[in-house]
Amino acid sequence: MAKKRLVLTFPHKLVDQPITYHLIKDYDLMVNILRARVTPREEGRLVVELSGGKEPLDKGMNYLAELGVQIQPLAQDVQWHQERCTHCTACIPICPTQAFTLDRQEMTVSFDKDKCIACELCLPVCPYKAIEILF
Amino acid sequence: MAKTIAEINEKIKKGEAVVVTAEEIIDLVDEKGTQKAAKEVDVVTTGTFGPMCSSGAYFNIGHTRPKIKLGGGRAYLNDVPVYTGFAATDIYIGATALPDDDPRNKVFPGKFLYGGGHIIEEIVGGKDVKLRAAAYGTDCYPRKSLETWLNIKDLNEAVLFNPRNCYQNYNVAVNLSDKVIYTYMGVLQPNLGNANYCSAGQLSPLLNDPYYKIIGIGTRIFLGGGVGYVAWQGTQHNPTVNRGENGVPRGGAGTLAVMGDLKQMSPDWLVGSTFTGYGVNLTVGIGVPIPILNEEILKWTAVKDEDIYTQVVDYGQAYPSGKKESLGEVNYAQLKSGKITVQGKGVPTAGLSSYARAVKIAGLLKDWIKKGDFLLTETVQPLPSVDSGVTFKPLKERPIK
Repeated sequence: MAKKRLVLTFPHKLVDQPITYHLIKDYDLMVNILRARVTPREEGRLVVELSGGKEPLDKGMNYLAELGVQIQPLAQDVQWHQERCTHCTACIPICPTQAFTLDRQEMTVSFDKDKCIACELCLPVCPYKAIEILF
Repeated sequence: MAKTIAEINEKIKKGEAVVVTAEEIIDLVDEKGTQKAAKEVDVVTTGTFGPMCSSGAYFNIGHTRPKIKLGGGRAYLNDVPVYTGFAATDIYIGATALPDDDPRNKVFPGKFLYGGGHIIEEIVGGKDVKLRAAAYGTDCYPRKSLETWLNIKDLNEAVLFNPRNCYQNYNVAVNLSDKVIYTYMGVLQPNLGNANYCSAGQLSPLLNDPYYKIIGIGTRIFLGGGVGYVAWQGTQHNPTVNRGENGVPRGGAGTLAVMGDLKQMSPDWLVGSTFTGYGVNLTVGIGVPIPILNEEILKWTAVKDEDIYTQVVDYGQAYPSGKKESLGEVNYAQLKSGKITVQGKGVPTAGLSSYARAVKIAGLLKDWIKKGDFLLTETVQPLPSVDSGVTFKPLKERPIK
């Protein structure tokens, strides 16, 4: 079972297409939509977790690319500015996926991009604006 | 075996002083006992790094030609208003000051991305800031307006002067209401969703000297990465609170007013902070050395997180209405474990004061002392203590008819 967290950008012409349906039906992928929005210029952005067999996943990705969907790993859109972080720990209880973790011996915070689902719950909580989500 | 500060300073000058942090002393006392540890150790260093609203800095910017009197006029640094009720070229910027056009909480919760605390961080970091001022003009100070870049290196004086820092213990904030609230203790989730605390616990300066036997007016300290001094007791200094058998206050108690040369300080230890829905702030690094003059003083410095208790307070209702109600007591070992129990419910905890940074400050101050760069001071005047009768009173409102 392979898994990918991706930010998919749909150009205007694809915004009204049932692409998720095809990913599930034709490629047998599990599609977990983490966030979705259509921007004012009618470009669609979808944060998804795709999982399935390695081959169907690759084929599904090809299908998206051929349609003209831009694919980018989610991790690229999330930045933790470590130099701004003071390790106050305010983000620890709010993070639903444990992307932020605390070493309770040293009381230092660390961030695992791969666990982040870009929910943005930490943004209003961080006093030092150490997290930036470009999505 | 009592030592004097003068004797300890002689050892510091010779590079022979034994200095440990308030964290290291705990293991040392466990291992050797208080009597032996008191004999061996000369200084225990403490540290804290937390948001401290009552902070600010004053500057003397130097005279323009022709001269201008900012006193009684209006002045802004990067569009944030500064206080001008002084002489011609002295201004003071407070940590919580906001640009006039900041929407505040008009769109709730306000973002508060920039204000006085951030400007102080930028000035300390050597960045240029824009001064804009308007004055009314006098015979001796005829000029009426001024717009110029300022840099800390060109200012005559740049002094951090914080009327209240370094709280000796503090509330744990929770929210019993059914909606999210935005406070100076951070974002509090409804129905006991989280509990936020703000103290370095066993490393915090005044928790290591509960009766202010050592820390007093004139004490030389680590302030914002430079050298500073305790100028006075801080505002809201409240020594007459409930204390545990170990003398440690079981809630907010003493405070310090501190000052020091901003030019020596660093943006690593003075950081602008933002509290959504509340405002801006300055997070300040402070470290205080405690000379081990006798066994009693050493015992206090060996205080552990599990021996320091504080009160859990509802910021949904009790705090804003001014009610002194506690939902129970917890200690800092419980708070640092990540979960406490309030009204029978497990509540996840988060800090606002950085313990990791407090460890670093105590370590830096230890290094300074060991190298002989930092000598200890006798206090000029002790802070009001438990026998002073000093309390923290609410405002007695007298309606104006």
